[in-house]
Amino acid sequence: MTIVQEREGGVVATFFAALGRSVQLMMLALLGLPWVLLRRDSRQTFSRQLYTIGIGTLPVATVVAMFTGMILTLQLGIAFKQFSQEIMVAYTLSFAMLREMGPFMTGIILASCVGSAMAAQLGTMKINEEIAALEMMSIDPVRFLVAPRMWAILIMAPLLSFYTCIVAFLGGATVGFTQLDVPFLQFVAEIVTVAEVKDLYVGLLKAALFGAFICTISCSVGFATTHGAAGVGASTRRAVIYSFLAILAGGYFVTRFFYVF
Amino acid sequence: MSSEVRMAQDAGVAMDTQCIRAALADAGTRQTPAICFVDVMKSFGERHVQDHQTFSVQAGELFAIIGPSGTGKSVTLKLIAGLLRPDAGEVRVLGKTLSELSSKELSQLRRRIGFLFQGGALLGWKTLAENVALPLQEHGRLTANEIEARVQAALAEVGLKDAGELYPAEVSGGMLKRAAFARAIIENPEILLFDEPTSGLDPVMAYTIDSLVRKINRAHHAACVVVTHDMAGALRYADRIAFLKDGRFLIVDTPEAIRQSDLPEIQSFLNPEQTEVSHV
Ligand SMILES: Nc1ncnc2c1ncn2[C@@H]1O[C@H](COP(=O)(O)OP(=O)(O)O)[C@@H](O)[C@H]1O
Ligand SMILES: [Mg+2]
Repeated sequence: MTIVQEREGGVVATFFAALGRSVQLMMLALLGLPWVLLRRDSRQTFSRQLYTIGIGTLPVATVVAMFTGMILTLQLGIAFKQFSQEIMVAYTLSFAMLREMGPFMTGIILASCVGSAMAAQLGTMKINEEIAALEMMSIDPVRFLVAPRMWAILIMAPLLSFYTCIVAFLGGATVGFTQLDVPFLQFVAEIVTVAEVKDLYVGLLKAALFGAFICTISCSVGFATTHGAAGVGASTRRAVIYSFLAILAGGYFVTRFFYVF
Repeated sequence: MSSEVRMAQDAGVAMDTQCIRAALADAGTRQTPAICFVDVMKSFGERHVQDHQTFSVQAGELFAIIGPSGTGKSVTLKLIAGLLRPDAGEVRVLGKTLSELSSKELSQLRRRIGFLFQGGALLGWKTLAENVALPLQEHGRLTANEIEARVQAALAEVGLKDAGELYPAEVSGGMLKRAAFARAIIENPEILLFDEPTSGLDPVMAYTIDSLVRKINRAHHAACVVVTHDMAGALRYADRIAFLKDGRFLIVDTPEAIRQSDLPEIQSFLNPEQTEVSHV
């Protein structure tokens, strides 16, 4: 795939050209799996990315998930208490987190922590002609740079989403116990009982999909960087915004696909 | 420039073009050039960076491009490498027309081209030695020990024997440039494109690099295109020198002829102390 390219045409044409390139980029990155596993170089990038994506985001994810669980429980508690249905809080929290909020929050965290970094790094490499240098060495930048990131985020996003749900449940159970007088273990037991396997796997699938979106968008925006340091800044911002939009739209359509039809 | 001069130049270009077409058509009598521009046009917005550019570089030739900053010297190299596409005209490299190649064929062709970028373009997360080793590793064939030996030899040649373990962020611009030089030549390519190989180097190191360019050029019969500001160096080692201004070569000739030239732009590069700023 040729990274160095020149732009022409109107807004709509540019949009569809960018979309087409992104889909192509995603496919090529996914097909780069053999290289990720077999080449020492790509394996190193891959494990570094696994660490950055998985471990690097844990502190943020923990705090965000904890408070989300607590806030949701508190709000739901206020509503359900009127009908003396406090235990329904656990039920609602369970499927809200597993189906929607877990993957959604994971996506937002990954877009802002990891996607922005990908766009900034690839953008800087583009500006410094490192991408062109890779092409001159006949090294495909997509398989060299994007494939390891893609597979790392595909693996880590669902795990992170699952972790986020667990932490949110613990936060919720804590609030349930302190504010709603529901015993901690009963709250947790309720969550486990009502959780459906389908909710779990659709949520994990969603998280993986969001990860793929974030990586694709951030890398293609990074590759399209021009105009020096200011351009890198613009690319970073663009990567985060486009990723948010893709997460929102993607979340809606996946939910529709699995729960409406 | 007066319109008559412009017309005369256009006529000259048309003739050059025909010459080169003829030369290409009948490769039996004359050698196919390693690099050939046929009436190449390239603009960025209003700015014509290549304006009906026609020239060729033979295998084994050392071709220096000199000119003021921002006139399109780097763009010329990128056009040769296929990193930029011309708006019109043809770029032929090692007998292939770049616009007709698939991206796979282009990638294969690039294995035969070494490119030193103006800023070095080393990967920041790899040491200098790892950067130099990268092309060898990616293209297989050699064992780890052979690669190590070649890399150490190349680093020693550019005076970086003890700097191999440093990262690009830890070394000076000159060292970076020399490591990038080593990376460009490590696979003994048939075409070498050097973008200001000696800028940022002290005179002794610049002389070493110049000599190295000459040596590689002779030893591997490689076609070398060297973009430089260093007129004295170019006069010493180049086979031909081209002076680029406003998207065209004002003159392409041997160092002797360049020395004799009375073009004001050339004079200003030969004797900058006697020049008003306006020419450059
Ligand atoms: N990718 C690009 N996009 C837009 N303008 C460019 C690009 N590359 C080069 N230019 C412009 O072309 C002109 C020549 O650039 P360059 O070849 O880098 O000059 P130099 O002769 O100093 O190497 C400059 O004015 C530069 O701004
Ligand atoms: Mg330049």
